[in-house]
Amino acid sequence: MRLFSRSWKAALALAIAVVAGSLCAQDLKSFEQRITTKVLPNGLTLVICYRPGAPVFSYTTFIDAGAVDDPSGESGLAHMFEHLAFKGTSEIGTTNWPAEKLALAKVEAANDAYEAEFRKPVGRDEKKLAELKQVFVAAQAAAEKYVVPNQFTEVAEANGAHDLNAETGLDETEYFWSMPENRLELWAWLESSRLADTVPREFYKERDVVMEERRMRVDSSPTGRLIEQFLATAYVAHPYGRSDIGWPSEVSQITATEAMAFHRKYYIGSNIVIAIVGDVNPKTDLPMLEKYFGRVPGGPKPEDLTTVEPAQFAEKSLVMRDPSQPFYIEGYHRPSYRDPDDAVYDAISDILSNGRVSRLYRGLVEDQQIAEEAAGFSGLPGDKYPNLFAFYAIPLPGHTPAQMRDAIHKEIDKLKMTDVTDAELAMYKTRARADLLRGLDDNQGLANSLAEYQTRYGDWRELFLDLDKVDKVTKADIRRVANQVFVDSNRTSAEIDTEAPPAGATASEGKSGGAQ
Amino acid sequence: MSRLPSCMISVGVALFATTSPILFPQQAKPWEQIPVPPLHAFKPQQPKRIELKNGIVVFLQEDHELPFIAGNVLIPGGSRDEDPSKTGLVGLYGQAWRTSGTAQMNGDAMDDLLEAKAAHIETDGDDDSTSIAWDSLKGDADQVFSLAMDLLFHPKFDAEKLELARQQEDSAIARRNDDEGAIAEREAAKLVYGPASPYTRQPEFSTIGAVTVADLDAWHERTIKGRLIVGISGDFDPVAMEAKVRSVFEALPPVTPEPPRHDAFAGPAPGVYFIDKEDVDQSNVAIVALGIDRHNPDVPTLAVMNEILGGGFASRLFQKIRTELGLAYAVDGGFGLEYDHPGTFEVNLMTKSVSTVDATRHAEEEIAGLNTRPFTQTELDRAKDDILNSFLFRYDTPDKVLDERERLEFYGYPADYLETYRAAVEKVTLANLAAAAKKYIHPETMAVLVVGNGPEIKPGLDTLGQGAVKAIDITIPKPQQASNSTTEKQQ
Repeated sequence: MRLFSRSWKAALALAIAVVAGSLCAQDLKSFEQRITTKVLPNGLTLVICYRPGAPVFSYTTFIDAGAVDDPSGESGLAHMFEHLAFKGTSEIGTTNWPAEKLALAKVEAANDAYEAEFRKPVGRDEKKLAELKQVFVAAQAAAEKYVVPNQFTEVAEANGAHDLNAETGLDETEYFWSMPENRLELWAWLESSRLADTVPREFYKERDVVMEERRMRVDSSPTGRLIEQFLATAYVAHPYGRSDIGWPSEVSQITATEAMAFHRKYYIGSNIVIAIVGDVNPKTDLPMLEKYFGRVPGGPKPEDLTTVEPAQFAEKSLVMRDPSQPFYIEGYHRPSYRDPDDAVYDAISDILSNGRVSRLYRGLVEDQQIAEEAAGFSGLPGDKYPNLFAFYAIPLPGHTPAQMRDAIHKEIDKLKMTDVTDAELAMYKTRARADLLRGLDDNQGLANSLAEYQTRYGDWRELFLDLDKVDKVTKADIRRVANQVFVDSNRTSAEIDTEAPPAGATASEGKSGGAQ
Repeated sequence: MSRLPSCMISVGVALFATTSPILFPQQAKPWEQIPVPPLHAFKPQQPKRIELKNGIVVFLQEDHELPFIAGNVLIPGGSRDEDPSKTGLVGLYGQAWRTSGTAQMNGDAMDDLLEAKAAHIETDGDDDSTSIAWDSLKGDADQVFSLAMDLLFHPKFDAEKLELARQQEDSAIARRNDDEGAIAEREAAKLVYGPASPYTRQPEFSTIGAVTVADLDAWHERTIKGRLIVGISGDFDPVAMEAKVRSVFEALPPVTPEPPRHDAFAGPAPGVYFIDKEDVDQSNVAIVALGIDRHNPDVPTLAVMNEILGGGFASRLFQKIRTELGLAYAVDGGFGLEYDHPGTFEVNLMTKSVSTVDATRHAEEEIAGLNTRPFTQTELDRAKDDILNSFLFRYDTPDKVLDERERLEFYGYPADYLETYRAAVEKVTLANLAAAAKKYIHPETMAVLVVGNGPEIKPGLDTLGQGAVKAIDITIPKPQQASNSTTEKQQ
């Protein structure tokens, strides 16, 4: 039964691996025969890749909205909503939705009253505040009487959902899991329900959970703290500079009303691509999928941000003095993924960082023996908008961030002054092809890629056509781009300098100013 | 936030009663109306197993989906078998083996050759084995296989590459107290197995400083005579591949099995242990005890209990500590099931400093509750559904089947272990669960480890009422003398 999938992938693979240059139309056609793309009347796009074999499928729901779309003053909202999307709907997770809905409205009113008092700049009445808090807690308890906790995920897991999770990036929000193929319709019901019919259930306790996630990822992690400050320093206007999980004061005051408004604006058909890969036959399954996902509201695609990060003209740097071991990172502003030079940045990253032959490894780790690890890469913190090409190095004991910086700059200078070798460029191209092929092996990985490319280019085929751009990269391109981008005035750097804290110093708990 | 209104408790109870038609008479469950047709027939493809006369076992797993061929050789003997005064030897060996290369081709030249072909050969050192693995496009497979075999049998360990590996390890030692989660994981295991146990002792500057090239040679010479397990998968002709593998491995002398280990596993000394970390605002809590290994017939029952206690969104720990109380983002736990030695029982959570004691108490209650709060049929059904309906994902690709077969072979388990295990999970009863909880869950023997910010933890850990809090010192021992580890290449 694997014969079917065997033939198309082998054909494609040969075309990519053996024929230098682009895929010919024929091969793409053979791939196309197994992929069905359907845009529903509400604008939602389904991409289905039929890959029989094991009786399983994987899916990725790709929402073209992430932390950059958090409204001002509400950082962390996209991520908060992602958590809410696991809390169920008017049908699942409740014993009595009409009554719960009324109770949730009271929770919202109680929270509003509490926050209004909390935020009073002068004349805040602490006694009243405590009372309002009691009312809020009681309202939550009243609403919780109708909740069947975690029923949505419980039903998914009991039906074999595997690697169930979701991620909120700066650019997008993704939901994904794998399941036995005989649960396809059940999955379609679950997934379309939560996209179309999210309710603000248990929002405020989930907000506490997200605050714990923030403590884990950022506040209690030395590099987490550094990177948050680094990005905030590198960007002056674009929300790429904002904490994706949210500034403590903001994320701790997000309301369910705000989360639902985010949902109404961004969780509409035209902003959603769902890719399914596995033992799913579009011929028989598409009508069922159309029925369920047709329930998602339609509407015009929300407009992208107007803010464009202004050109940086002054070098910036920050130093974090911390008890943890030293670390160095620097970043240079580069254009978005749609830039014609996108593949050139990939080539630079590959030649500098990929494997033991890479220049940064050979230079800093092997020859100079000053770093444990060193690399350069694009796409920090996202790639939909102009982002950073970053370099980092982890010093060996006894070596300093300043040494990392100097050594990295030497490698950058080499890139600017001398062409890379033919062998290096050929290696990049070979590895790009092989990596693409290797990525086809995994249902979940392929679903992610198809959904992402369909969203970002309007056509999943770009996943394969990308190789055209890879092939066109020249040595001159690499020098040109390096000279253009890796200049002092375009640089932001950050480092950890190891230093014991002064006696009596404590961490930031309690200084976050949240509404808890 | 740490308050626990009584109505919230009733919510918890209601969860387990959702199937009761009396409580929710009007509740229609649309998802239960959706048909679940029979699963498409599927028989996972098993690799061909070849046992050579010398005892070496080969698995060949054909997979023509993509034009790649991959292979690996598993070699018994790992860090648990190394000389304690040279702790870290196997870790250094795993790195320096590949980076050194062979007499015919040194590691750097191998890097150049392989990377140009988007191919890989890597070596690794683990606690019970070392290994070599390779993969490449089909067209390069013969050359890559020859190289891998040259490296497998004829490494030429190089002093400079050992030095490079040592520097990496030095850096890891120097950084090992930076990450709170890593500290908790490491120290929790030490509480269970003991700090000097072969499973938990840690490399120090002095122990890795003592490792020489001669040690690496000796390690290779000893372990390469062991009962190797070879696995190859991908787009190859099975007849030709078998001939090729036989030509390499068949001529070797009979294998020398790794001597059996006789480790003692005492389990933790009960009590509360604390590690102070000034730069965090969240506590890492681990509640630990000694667990069991997979030979134990109670494993299927404990796997179901794991699911009920800490497996996923519907588990008792997640429902209580995350969903109901909002005290943690990360909370989970259960019995770790090892193949040839007892694993650890562990419940982990992370919570803000001020709720450390509160969250720990709730976790302890859930553990104790395994004996006092009867398991329900709903819990049992759900846990079994979770395990059985996702069971498919243990063997849904040819590579996963191959990995599993190699693992079973390595630890001496029957080839049909997964099927037997699955059948046993299906048969687990409420009585089995209750009996297993009684047999294995003994809160009074458990240790509680907290890594967190001392001054911020209020109330203090002494209020847990488990005696005086024992501080654990994690200061990293300084290198004993001026390092002999500089090389002429250093600048």
